[in-house]
Amino acid sequence: MVSIDGRADSKSLIRARGLGKTYRRGGEQIHVLQGLNLDVDASDFVAFMGPSGSGKTTLLNLLGGLDVPSEGSVTVAGDEITRMSGAKLTAWRARHVGFVFQMYNLIPVLTAFQNVELPLLLTGLSKAERRSHVETALAVVGLDDRMRHYPRQLSGGQEQRVGIARAIVADPTFLLCDEPTGDLDRKSADEVLDLLDRLVRDHGKTVLLVTHDPRAAEHARLILHLEKGVLVESVTASPPR
Amino acid sequence: MAGVDRLVVLNRVSIIQPLPLAYRDRLAKIPGVTKVTFANWFGGVYQDERNFFPQFAIDREHYREMYPEFVVPDDQWQAFLGDKEGAIVGEALLERFKWKIGDRIPIKGAIFPGNWEFNIRGVYRGRRPQDDTTQFWFRWDYFDERKPFTKGVVGWYVIRIAKPDDAVRLVKVIDEQFANSPTETKTDTEKAFAASFVKQMGNIQLLIMSVGSVVFFTLLLVTGNTMAIAVRERTRELAVLKAVGFRDGFVLALVLVETMAVAVVGGGLGLALAKLFTLRGDPTGGLLPFFYVSPPSIAVGLGLALAVGLAAGFLPAVSASRLRVVDALRRI
Repeated sequence: MVSIDGRADSKSLIRARGLGKTYRRGGEQIHVLQGLNLDVDASDFVAFMGPSGSGKTTLLNLLGGLDVPSEGSVTVAGDEITRMSGAKLTAWRARHVGFVFQMYNLIPVLTAFQNVELPLLLTGLSKAERRSHVETALAVVGLDDRMRHYPRQLSGGQEQRVGIARAIVADPTFLLCDEPTGDLDRKSADEVLDLLDRLVRDHGKTVLLVTHDPRAAEHARLILHLEKGVLVESVTASPPR
Repeated sequence: MAGVDRLVVLNRVSIIQPLPLAYRDRLAKIPGVTKVTFANWFGGVYQDERNFFPQFAIDREHYREMYPEFVVPDDQWQAFLGDKEGAIVGEALLERFKWKIGDRIPIKGAIFPGNWEFNIRGVYRGRRPQDDTTQFWFRWDYFDERKPFTKGVVGWYVIRIAKPDDAVRLVKVIDEQFANSPTETKTDTEKAFAASFVKQMGNIQLLIMSVGSVVFFTLLLVTGNTMAIAVRERTRELAVLKAVGFRDGFVLALVLVETMAVAVVGGGLGLALAKLFTLRGDPTGGLLPFFYVSPPSIAVGLGLALAVGLAAGFLPAVSASRLRVVDALRRI
């Protein structure tokens, strides 16, 4: 269940209240987000759409603890992340958030296996346990036969699937995907979106997706539109596949 | 060279002014002095002026005992004593000119005119890697007999003292003994004498330090710039590391360790090349015969390389650790 009216019960996995973000450029104040409310339950798949500069990525950054709001609060699984110190927020991100970026952002000198293993280096898992987790994550994205390949040896779609494996390997509370298909051809984009579908449907993951592509947004259970920093409408997408 | 229990006695006026041979016995009688020997600088030319090497007319009685670090086989020393025109040469010098024992070596006198000829009767080697084996020794008695002027004088005395701790007092005692005489002395430790001798060629230490400092700071700038570019080029990777939960301190350490590793590998290669370059002895053609890369010098070199890495990596590392993920990802 997703709502933007700020009246949902307190059991929501992700809850934003009165969220605002203002940048100062020169002497001018730019209000990117204003008084935004949002509630997202576990295992939801929400897409955020809107024109460039509408605040989609800023919203994702605030929900993922990469940025701090000018006003309002964000609470995830009962933790108000907007009150956390920098170091605590970093540790929280490692535990709760899986990031999927448009440009994949894999480390070029590491193999697919090593890239996926990165978030696990922050945990207390043994080497054998890390190996098992990485192999599982790469199997989920269908790349268990590409573990020893470097990013340059993979196609764009495969690189993004490695990026998704890296995002899910530590079993985070939710995934934030910022234009994950923006740099892919249609076929590869469909493979990535199908993969996100399966993560929600089969593995109960919560996915927040920012996209310009209506076809990508259609994979979500709900599409929210951002215009001038405000969530102005919500559209229920097609039922989960 | 530079034994801690040896002092060198020179003419107070200048190193090129001689001292009377008669001082030998007077020096030997001073309490605390256990042995006295002497030598004279010859300054001749072998074939070509570029073939510089130090030539000393030495006291055949005590010179060998004074310098135990220079090893001459007994039979060769006896052959030297038995030949007035005999000479002992260092093994590096022998190797340099492809001489062998028995060769007759012509040397043209520069200070002491004439064509001098010597027979190589022996070869000395150094006990330690830093010992200078580029010297040419011949007999002072032959030198004194042949030279046309100022007979009965020596270039300098070398004395051994019973207690190295007593050096300061003995320096004073010796110089006071010859004070107000026609030939006053200036006594110093052998280390100070060696340093002043090197300074005859110019302030080598200052020269090397100046060149070294310029190279050091150039390296600092180059390494710092390289790391700044490397950090800028990898902004995205560093931002990703921070996004997935690596702390600022980790990113700081990552960049610093990388810079120091690069600096130590580079410095290590340089030191290894320097060591290889000097393994076969003096690479300066006799200008600095004691050229030697010692283990402490290698340790200092590695320490300096680490310092370059640390200093050059500090600012890029701090900037990487302060990187805001949001800004970094937006910049890409």
